[in-house]
Amino acid sequence: MKFANSPLLSSLLPTWRARFVLLVLLTAFASLVARALYLQGVNNDFLQQKGESRYSRVIELSATRGRIVDRHGDVLAVSTPVKSVWAIPEDARLTPAQVRSLARLLEMEPREVSRRLAADSDFVFLKRQIAPHVAEKVAALNLPGIHQQREYRRYYPAGEVTAHMLGFTGVDENGQEGIELAFDSRLAGKPGGRRVIKDRLGRIVEDVESVRKPQDGQDITLALDSKIQYLAYTHLKQAIVEHKAKAGGIVVLDAKSGEVLALANLPTYNPNNRGRLSGAQLRNRALTDTFEPGSTMKPFTVALALEKGRYRFDSQIQTAPGRLTIGAATIHDAHPHGLLTVAEVVQKSSNVGVAKIAADLAPEEMWQMFDTLGFGTPPKLGFPGEAGGRLRPYKTWRPIEQATMSYGHGISVSLMQLARAYLVFARDGDLIPLSLIKLDTPPLAGRRVFSGQTAREVRVMLEMAVQPGGTAPKAQVPGYRVAGKTGTAHKLEGGRYSNQYVSSFVGFAPASDPRLIVAVMIDEPSAGRYYGGEVAAPVFSRVMAGALRALGVPPDTPLAPVQVARQNAAREVPAVPESM
Amino acid sequence: MTAINLRELWRRLVDPIDPVLFGLLAVLLVYALMVLASATNDFIGRFYSQLVNLGVALAVMRVAAQIPPQRLMHLALPVYIGGLLLLVAVALFGDVSKGARRWLNLGFARIQPSEIMKIAMPLMLAWYFQKREALLRWKDYVIAVAILAVPVLLIAKQPDLGTAILVLASGFFVIFLAGLSWKLILPVAVAGVIGIGALVAFEGEICQPEVKWPLLKDYQKHRVCTLLDPGSDPLGKGFHTIQSTIAVGSGGVLGKGWFKGTQTHLEFLPERHTDFIFAVLSEEFGLVGNAFLLILYALFIGRALMIAANAPTLFSRLLGGSISLIFFTYAFVNMGMVSGILPVVGVPLPFVSYGGTALVTLMLGVGILMSINRHRMLVQK
Repeated sequence: MKFANSPLLSSLLPTWRARFVLLVLLTAFASLVARALYLQGVNNDFLQQKGESRYSRVIELSATRGRIVDRHGDVLAVSTPVKSVWAIPEDARLTPAQVRSLARLLEMEPREVSRRLAADSDFVFLKRQIAPHVAEKVAALNLPGIHQQREYRRYYPAGEVTAHMLGFTGVDENGQEGIELAFDSRLAGKPGGRRVIKDRLGRIVEDVESVRKPQDGQDITLALDSKIQYLAYTHLKQAIVEHKAKAGGIVVLDAKSGEVLALANLPTYNPNNRGRLSGAQLRNRALTDTFEPGSTMKPFTVALALEKGRYRFDSQIQTAPGRLTIGAATIHDAHPHGLLTVAEVVQKSSNVGVAKIAADLAPEEMWQMFDTLGFGTPPKLGFPGEAGGRLRPYKTWRPIEQATMSYGHGISVSLMQLARAYLVFARDGDLIPLSLIKLDTPPLAGRRVFSGQTAREVRVMLEMAVQPGGTAPKAQVPGYRVAGKTGTAHKLEGGRYSNQYVSSFVGFAPASDPRLIVAVMIDEPSAGRYYGGEVAAPVFSRVMAGALRALGVPPDTPLAPVQVARQNAAREVPAVPESM
Repeated sequence: MTAINLRELWRRLVDPIDPVLFGLLAVLLVYALMVLASATNDFIGRFYSQLVNLGVALAVMRVAAQIPPQRLMHLALPVYIGGLLLLVAVALFGDVSKGARRWLNLGFARIQPSEIMKIAMPLMLAWYFQKREALLRWKDYVIAVAILAVPVLLIAKQPDLGTAILVLASGFFVIFLAGLSWKLILPVAVAGVIGIGALVAFEGEICQPEVKWPLLKDYQKHRVCTLLDPGSDPLGKGFHTIQSTIAVGSGGVLGKGWFKGTQTHLEFLPERHTDFIFAVLSEEFGLVGNAFLLILYALFIGRALMIAANAPTLFSRLLGGSISLIFFTYAFVNMGMVSGILPVVGVPLPFVSYGGTALVTLMLGVGILMSINRHRMLVQK
């Protein structure tokens, strides 16, 4: 029975050979055991982690971006759900017919679809932000390797009317301009995360846990009033077309609270369809562009002189012969006047008169006033690219420069700065900060720049400026007393004054208890007329009239145009064309 | 009456079956089906078709167990010649699939003749040495090497390196057990050690893409190179090794649990129900499950070697020894490849991997072993 013991067999199958075989087998099994021990006993933590890194992913759950609403709760910007179509090129093996039908739904060239699907990557977007009904049709095609992802698209119901105020968001819903950028952190909310298990092809196999809940963004309630914004936009647009102007801007402020009720610029763009945009369209001129304001600065110089007691309301100033030589330079009035009161200097906008008044003021005093009014520093509303304007330090002022600055040359401001500075006249010398956001309670008091007496006297002068005999009768609003000042400035181009103008008007109403400030700027009117009283004042009048009505502000004067009767006979002067 | 007949029938059915070998095999097969169920989780049809394969393979085993070794001896030459002719036919008219010419379309079925050689080769060589018994001379070894080399080269040419290695091994085992002189084995072994040593030492230079290796295909060179440094091409050729190593290692000591292997079920593991099923087992059952499999294999192969050693004739001993050792080769090459100590070659895990052909061949081997065991007394009687 024991064959291995037979001499014949043992000679054929020697024991050492059998032992060798056993040795080899044992060695081999031992090496496998050793390897298993190394992988599963020693190195398993590292390998487990490597394995986990291959399947465990935290996916982002996007938070819904907050809405932007106006002061009455009307929606100005809202995120609507859309779908984005993406593909795994390796999986997306489509027939030419499938490519064509997909391209037709996505409104793309079939060649473009094929090109993207040929990409050497694991993930390509085919088209982002398509409407839900299109997305459903794409899903119904049931194509391999074509996937969809939920995203949001920002929609602006008012379109180009509110474009500059609101700005816009990029494809990933981050704010890029305007309010969207200024308040991005509050609007954006915080995306949440979920830990999921994905297989090799990136499909989500299992939803493991919520890492954090998404926090939806907050709504922002703007100070903006949609009705006034619309008025401001349409009347500005009308004026720009009428005067063949290059650009323009308008700002409406609530004099009681400092809230920005409207802000519009032209040229503008449709934020819902930003196909091709030029820099000119994107510019929020009222905040980012500065210009030499011209005569709209005169009331500040006069107010300072009254405040310092150097002049009185009716102090007489000789402006004949309509020019004044300071050093090597001579300044002119557009139309020569004779002996004028201080009030008439403002009413008729005499450069010579204001320059003579400024000569009695110290440069430091003037600089101090301009600085307090906010010129030379950005208004810090949080808008991107807010301009501060140019206000040179007073130590470098030469007498001629001080003279020109007194009537708004050699200094540059933005329209928003200018509108804000007029708060001091509307608020009896008090300057408050501006707010883009609706305020629950208006600020009690701001910074006192002028005495109430001074502010009220300048207000009378500004009322005179819109009366017959002033520079801007076209700024009048039936039923309301209006105060304001025109500006017509040569544009500086390459360091020299060119033949182009910036026409402006800043004013407020009702003059008895100012409620609204409107500032209008028209850049390069080129249809013949260019005076602020001709170009900007009518826009002011229409917007102010509509806005006062919209807010239900009670009229402070009978509707008949009898304002002249209020005028002091001594101040009544024949109407003259306005000067600079 | 019928009850007695049924019992009689059962007795006759199980009579040729070696209970120890079959008992170990049965445990192994149940374990294998558990792993396969998990590996084919999302493709449950494969699990059922493997059950059918298993039924066929068990029938083949039972039939083979019935055939006396003497009858097998008579079959040796015709089966070998037939297999050789089919291999030539494959080389001439075979179907190409995945870049290799391995299959022969007979009209009603596609067969893989290289598979036949896994049994035909030890059969043929065992028969040859049996005929030459007693006096073995140089000439006999040369002829034996020729018998071995021709089909191996034909298979390697297909190319099918995995099967070529298995056929080569099965033949080599016979020649070795027949008493191949150490004077011949030693130089080859030394050359092999030096060769592998050189490969590891000069891996940096010889794995450059422009370097061509003699005899081996480009993809075979890549497999060796990626074994030496799997990180060199993590998304391409090294992908299999890295993924399977991670799967094995992330099983840890106790494993992640049945049906809970992440690498397996998230489709990171390639070929998970065929050549890489060992990684599934290791991930889900851990070091413990792994050790259990190794012990099963060791006991099974040990029992097979015992049967071979106790066989009455040289033919039976050589055939049984070769079959036992080929089981070992399968298991070692496959587990070595999956755990990253051997290059990736297409060798399934014996009795576990999905696939009918390999299973039938393996069970045929088991049947032959059982036949050798059953008929060892007959000589004496």
